Amino acid sequence: MEGRAVKLSGARILLECLKREGVDLIFGLPGGAVLPIYDVLYDFEGIRHILVRQEAAAGHAAEGYSRTTGRTGVCLVTSGPAATNLVTALQDALMDSIPLVAFTGQVPTHLIGNDAFQEADNVGITRSATKHNFLVKDGKDLAGIIKEAFHIAATGRPGPVHVDLPKDILVKEWPFEYPETVHLRSYNPTYDGHPGQIKKAARAIVRAKRPVLYVGGGVISSDASPELYELAELTQVPVTQTLMGLGAFPMAHPLSLDMLGMHGTYYANMAVHNSDCLVAVGARFDDRVTGRVDAFAPNAEIIHIDIDPSSISKNIQVGIPIVGDCKRVLGKLVEAVREEMKTYPQGAVKEARRQWTEQVAEWKRAEPLRYEWSDEVIKPQYVVEEISNLTNGEALMVTGVGQHQMWAAQYYRFKHPRTWCTSGGLGTMGYGLPTAMGVQAGNPGKLVINIDGDGSFAMNSQELATCFEEGLPVKTVIINNGGHGMVRQWQRIIYKERFCAIDLGSSPDFVKLAEAYGCTGIRATKPSEVVPALEKMIATPGPVVLDVRVNKDECVFPMVPAGGANIDMILAPPSREVRDRAAKSQTGF
Amino acid sequence: MADASGNTKHTIAVLVENKFGVLSRVAGLFSARGYNIESLSVGETLDPSVSRMTLVVNGDAFVIEQVMKQLHKLIDVIKVIDLSVETHVEREMLLIRVNAEPAARAEILRIADIFRAKVVDVTAASYTLEVTGEETKIEAILELLRPFGIQEVVRTGKVAIARSPKARLRRVEEKLGKVAPAQPANQDPRVVGFAD
Ligand SMILES: Cc1ncc(C[n+]2csc(CCOP(=O)(O)OP(=O)(O)O)c2C)c(N)n1
Repeated sequence: MEGRAVKLSGARILLECLKREGVDLIFGLPGGAVLPIYDVLYDFEGIRHILVRQEAAAGHAAEGYSRTTGRTGVCLVTSGPAATNLVTALQDALMDSIPLVAFTGQVPTHLIGNDAFQEADNVGITRSATKHNFLVKDGKDLAGIIKEAFHIAATGRPGPVHVDLPKDILVKEWPFEYPETVHLRSYNPTYDGHPGQIKKAARAIVRAKRPVLYVGGGVISSDASPELYELAELTQVPVTQTLMGLGAFPMAHPLSLDMLGMHGTYYANMAVHNSDCLVAVGARFDDRVTGRVDAFAPNAEIIHIDIDPSSISKNIQVGIPIVGDCKRVLGKLVEAVREEMKTYPQGAVKEARRQWTEQVAEWKRAEPLRYEWSDEVIKPQYVVEEISNLTNGEALMVTGVGQHQMWAAQYYRFKHPRTWCTSGGLGTMGYGLPTAMGVQAGNPGKLVINIDGDGSFAMNSQELATCFEEGLPVKTVIINNGGHGMVRQWQRIIYKERFCAIDLGSSPDFVKLAEAYGCTGIRATKPSEVVPALEKMIATPGPVVLDVRVNKDECVFPMVPAGGANIDMILAPPSREVRDRAAKSQTGF
Repeated sequence: MADASGNTKHTIAVLVENKFGVLSRVAGLFSARGYNIESLSVGETLDPSVSRMTLVVNGDAFVIEQVMKQLHKLIDVIKVIDLSVETHVEREMLLIRVNAEPAARAEILRIADIFRAKVVDVTAASYTLEVTGEETKIEAILELLRPFGIQEVVRTGKVAIARSPKARLRRVEEKLGKVAPAQPANQDPRVVGFAD
């Protein structure tokens, strides 16, 4: 059999395999060790290569592509420093369960371990930052490894997989046959939840007096939003979403409690705290969600649906665990709930449930998200609100990390899944622009908006060059508070206003910076300029940077101080006018 | 036995793909999560594509559960078995070189004999002994030899095996009250440890 197989160079085998995996886009940056691949890429048809300016950006771009398209993102970089640059993006993807396959070059096999030029222990370095990794030591294994890499990245709990490619393997010729299937005896994710457990969960939900659904990124990655919607409507259980889960459930829905946790809404945190049955779906009880664990949902029976058994009872002891794919489990759960509702006399909890719905509505009315309006300085919340209004919640949204990220999560009214990319688990500054670039590459023609901080944006602003050269019309709105706002907020609230190492001043001039890269720069300094500037940004073709100078003293509220319980939220000082504004933007009247 | 902070020692068998890098994945998992491995030994199984690791981990119920789940999550891990909840046999090997002045030689040999240790090397001033057994036995002989002046010791870490493939089934039956609980295999070192 082997004798008859075609022989191809390792580099060509790689690209042939990618083509068979349906890959049409690679984010990368060349170098000595991977030149054989770029040489094949020169006239290889069907795969577009986007040349980034820094390798971390290749990883983030692949994340953005993956998150919004539902397909596995691919990046390709050279050995040594390129691989070490990529590590942050791999860890980011690992924390947020984003399927990626990352290829790095490696020195030839006979030099591995010799401290050769541009050598780094790539598989050693990426081991803990990936779901799995491979070093190809024999070209005969190459195709099989690539098949396995794509399989592992996209199945079970998705995540990044890294494949290290020594140069000699890429150059030499090997028999090529692409395997049809993958069999890994040691890797068999569970997709279907246990029927008995699903039945138990259905009983608990139907009998609960104060139930809440708490949904996370797993609902997005398993495309389970329709099933979630059905369950919520059927049971009339309110839904709160994690930072990673935003878009899983439409925020305009009366059952939506919006985001929970450290910067979650008052009503979400109150509802979770007072619930007697908490149904966690594709969410992992992150410490930014739970606050002090012993005070989290203290009286609730906890049902946890997750594909990863190791996330069950890791942070919070779970009463009814269901291991499986969110989409499949929710589908079955809806059926089971229907059955249960037929037999269980509704009257038994009817009054309690009516009171619960009323209580939740009361919390929503009493403490909506709000901020104080100003005619002088631009309020960051206002900027996000207007972006939400102007796009009608239909844009693809990306953020950096910091206060602006939280305001984006709070004030943008999400409607659809796969319209939101943010670095949830790792909190990676510099994530915004390169991720937005990947989102745009995967969704040509769609409006992609990156809400960034001046600090975060500066960490990967070089990618404006990529956006310009590759024709990726990403719109970046910099919520420019002249510093590391989130750190400033912590220093204000927790460190007695001893502000240290947070001042970034007004340099660089982001409008000029944008122009230097061939992009359009716009600035807004007064509240009255915000809407016209946003409109201009959206109407301008090509990549645009809108520098919005905002009030630097603004803080994100509500806020649960780190280590506190979620009900110990610090709320913004209320004001009538703003309260009305905020209420209007959330309810429409 | 649980210590004051509720920690117990667990002996965990892990079947893994016999591929390069697997050992560092397992070890890396422990260091990344701040768990302590007390000992780790590895060897091939009857199937050369599979290796078996024996891990000894000290932790409370939560830590042990996480260790088991995280190990299982590694792509190259085929099976994880907590032997501590089954009847099983555990052994460790010790090589020890101890001072052997003429006046002490007879006494050392007598101790070696009682512990079924083998003398594997002799010099004018020392004996090197090989001892296998359970941890308690190893500790006991170390204690007895210490006064003579121990020059160097090396221990393999534990290896362990279930007493029968039915051990798990038996455990279920015990729980259901169908059979009487088995005697824990290693309670009295004088009974099991010293007699082998
Ligand atoms: C790579 C990285 N370095 C440091 C931090 C710590 N950190 C979290 S938020 C923040 C400030 C963010 O500033 P900016 O991007 O301007 O956003 P703002 O909070 O002002 O909206 C810092 C330094 C981080 N999250 N990521």
